[in-house]
Amino acid sequence: MGSSTVIVVGAGQAGCQVASSLREEGFTGRIVLVGAEAHLPYQRPPLSKGHLTGKTSRDALWLRPESWFGEQGIEVRTSTRAKHLDTDGRRVLLQDGEALEYDDLVLATGARNRLLRLEGAGLEGVLSLRTLDEADEVKVRLEQAARVVVVGGGFIGMEVAATAVQLGKNATVVEVADQLMGRVLSSHTAAFLLQAHRARGLDVELTTTVSRIVGVAGRVAAVDTTDGRRLPADLVLVGVGASPNVELAEQAGLEVDNGIVVDELLRTSAPHVYAVGDCVCAPNPFAGGTRVRLESVQNATAQGRRLAATLTGRPEPFSSVPWFWSDQADIKLQIAGLTTGHTEVAVRGDVSSERFSVYCFSQGRLLGVESVNRPADHMAARRLLSGSTSLSPQDVRRDDFDIKRASTAGSTPAAP
Amino acid sequence: MPKVTFLRPNGDDIAVDVGDGTSIMQAAVAHGVTEIVAECGGTLACATCHVYVAEEHLDHLPPISNDEQEMLDFTAAPRETGSRLSCQLPLGPELDGIVVRCPETQY
Ligand SMILES: Cc1cc2nc3c(=O)[nH]c(=O)nc-3n(C[C@H](O)[C@H](O)[C@H](O)COP(=O)(O)OP(=O)(O)OC[C@H]3O[C@@H](n4cnc5c(N)ncnc54)[C@H](O)[C@@H]3O)c2cc1C
Ligand code: FES
Repeated sequence: MGSSTVIVVGAGQAGCQVASSLREEGFTGRIVLVGAEAHLPYQRPPLSKGHLTGKTSRDALWLRPESWFGEQGIEVRTSTRAKHLDTDGRRVLLQDGEALEYDDLVLATGARNRLLRLEGAGLEGVLSLRTLDEADEVKVRLEQAARVVVVGGGFIGMEVAATAVQLGKNATVVEVADQLMGRVLSSHTAAFLLQAHRARGLDVELTTTVSRIVGVAGRVAAVDTTDGRRLPADLVLVGVGASPNVELAEQAGLEVDNGIVVDELLRTSAPHVYAVGDCVCAPNPFAGGTRVRLESVQNATAQGRRLAATLTGRPEPFSSVPWFWSDQADIKLQIAGLTTGHTEVAVRGDVSSERFSVYCFSQGRLLGVESVNRPADHMAARRLLSGSTSLSPQDVRRDDFDIKRASTAGSTPAAP
Repeated sequence: MPKVTFLRPNGDDIAVDVGDGTSIMQAAVAHGVTEIVAECGGTLACATCHVYVAEEHLDHLPPISNDEQEMLDFTAAPRETGSRLSCQLPLGPELDGIVVRCPETQY
């Protein structure tokens, strides 16, 4: 182990976690973290939240202090893109021409925002948000903007829109689907968010698409919708989802299907090549064992830790409960488990006071829990989902139901 | 500048000076105290910034909010008298010299 080399391509949340956990697991070999961005690894979640309001300082974004990498003996190559992967020769070629040989290679290349292919998408003031550099630009332009149009009612779009409203801007979200955050949220919670954001002063246009973006002298001026309206805008934020960065994997002939395909141990189809984070499509017990691609901090860090354990001889095929959070102005949304495909919900708490949880079931089995301003419910839900306790919609609807008790009981009391 | 000392399971204790208003969680992350995981970045969503605050400082801490109170029941390491979520503890003159112990695990 002392003489082996692990190269990690992608110096984001997942790549940084692999490097960090390898050292914690006692790995003494060489670790090189290769990152295309100019920055040391940082957190993305604040970029669409506290970073825009100034509540999160720049210093608070770094995942580790600069000195830590040196102390840990982790070589970081910033502003360096990996260009070519040779799995037979176990070499990765960097953009500066250097070739690094590896014993094990980790792909942690993340995802990138989808682009709008529309007239006017290239105008000044039409922005996208994934990297710190982009976030800096959004922050500056948001300060100056009076009218903001957000294209796409997903998490990032809604967070930015809610922040814009907090900052006193006139903001509109244009979403093609008939609910917000359609793919990942129950219609119940989505309907709540729609009403809550509107009550806070955000305009939301559902089942609406943008037909073109209109500019004046190269700068964005308005957004035209397919239903014939023109929404004035001096800032347009495009948040229409992300796609995995799979170029390197494809070039090397690895199996790719909505992300780099891996097995339970995060192994790709090529020997000694592993993958973690947003770029990965992995079998997940919380999705009935089917392969899913997740974009979350929890997924990135949990996979990073598991892979480090595997690489140091302690294979860990078990994934932990997926969870996610999104802060939209003063609304804290948290999701435990994977709720896609649920057919029944049970609601606990008080929707009108904006503190409640939605329990999502499929065929009587709990898939996950969405919580609004109920972080303790969320923690209990995670514990519950990680154990063997089963919970039915009827259990949840009972007057004396208490998720904390259920989560610590080990098993739910039999129905009377 | 308030000083905070982290007692670590590996014995690598470290004392750091940080600016007023910096949370104990931020102080830890900024100085590579990786026992404080802080997965949610301080938004009270994860409970992976758990610390044990030494007895003599407990009186000077800001009160525990309801949400923190309930989340403390779900920390990975056992809850004890001095248990707090360190992202909820901004440092100021009254906490200068505070000593916190990092738990064995956060997840
Ligand atoms: C604005 C925003 C807000 C978010 N908010 C939340 C939230 O509230 N909660 C939550 O759970 N998750 C949130 N997420 C998602 C979370 O940040 C990601 O899931 C997480 O960062 C994934 O980590 P990763 O390492 O897989 O990818 P990333 O962190 O994206 O890192 C991948 C890195 O690889 C680099 N790279 C790619 N290709 C190459 C190459 N060939 N050579 C070298 N480097 C390369 C990229 O430049 C990038 O820096 C948010 C994301 C964004 C963008
Ligand atoms: S950092 Fe997540 S709760 Fe403190």
